Amino acid sequence: MEIQVMENILSKNDKIAAEINAIFSSHGIFVLNLLGSPGSGKTSLLEQTIMTLKGDIRMAVIEGDLFTSKDADRIARYGVPVVQINTSGGCHLDATMVKGVLDKLALATLDLIIIENVGNLICPAEFNIGEDVKAMVLSITEGEDKPLKYPLMFKQASIAVLNKIDLLPYTSFDMAAATEDILSINPKIGLVVASCRSGEGLNGWYEWIKQQVINKKAGRIGCK
Amino acid sequence: MHEMAIAQGILDITLDNAAQSDAKKVITIKLLVGQMTEVEPEAMRFCFSALAEGTIAAKAELKIKIVPLVVYCQDCGRKFVIERYRFLCSACGSANVKIISGRELQVEYLEVD
Ligand SMILES: [Zn+2]
Repeated sequence: MEIQVMENILSKNDKIAAEINAIFSSHGIFVLNLLGSPGSGKTSLLEQTIMTLKGDIRMAVIEGDLFTSKDADRIARYGVPVVQINTSGGCHLDATMVKGVLDKLALATLDLIIIENVGNLICPAEFNIGEDVKAMVLSITEGEDKPLKYPLMFKQASIAVLNKIDLLPYTSFDMAAATEDILSINPKIGLVVASCRSGEGLNGWYEWIKQQVINKKAGRIGCK
Repeated sequence: MHEMAIAQGILDITLDNAAQSDAKKVITIKLLVGQMTEVEPEAMRFCFSALAEGTIAAKAELKIKIVPLVVYCQDCGRKFVIERYRFLCSACGSANVKIISGRELQVEYLEVD
């Protein structure tokens, strides 16, 4: 006997993600899913972002990590609320995990939540976790072949930070080739070329976040 | 390895549908996997067989159909297959293209006894 099914394998996750997004949206909170390889500089970008924006924007961080709370501890020093999710070895956050920590956040007091996903260029791209947009960090030390090797993440991200440009003179990274590949995968992506260590080049990133927070408050970013 | 989560999704959908049809055994599970997903078919089969052990789907064969990445140009109306992930219209050069297939992760049908 044949049974026609035609069901999306990730539909359960997507349904929960939509529920969470509706909750965030009802509070006018802009939610960013931050992706990138281990060592690309996601946590450094978060630190710079918190230091720069915390006076203007009420923000909280959700830290996804395989086993440890190292990144969450690093972020907690900056005086913003941080919630830790341990995936116990899982390579990505899923919507159920984020739903499980919602009651640890004072949603009524927030404008922005940044969710630092597990360090990985592949798996997190497939799983929506209730975010409004995906943003990603690619460090130039990872090489310019990454966009064509892992195109999905570049396709799904609204903005990419090309990090560690202070190291450009010491690498063979081909900025023109990388930029061309990223833009051919996703012609609408925002590109920020920066060093999260020095803070150089990050203004475009801060302005983009501020604008997204304003748009969300005005109801111009809907539920996906 | 997100194939574990995907395999779990396949198993849940399979067992739900099989139970609704009072099936005793699942023989085949036909999957549609878009070219632009980051799923490794062999890893997915491995995860599935580990998860399905002890269920009526334990011996099921996963048949995977890879769906090509096709987009629609919203400016000139042409449909075409994307190569090397260049999301620009091959006819008019527009970046205003929409994916119409290639992102599938679906259970298409089951064969059961
Ligand atoms: Zn066209």
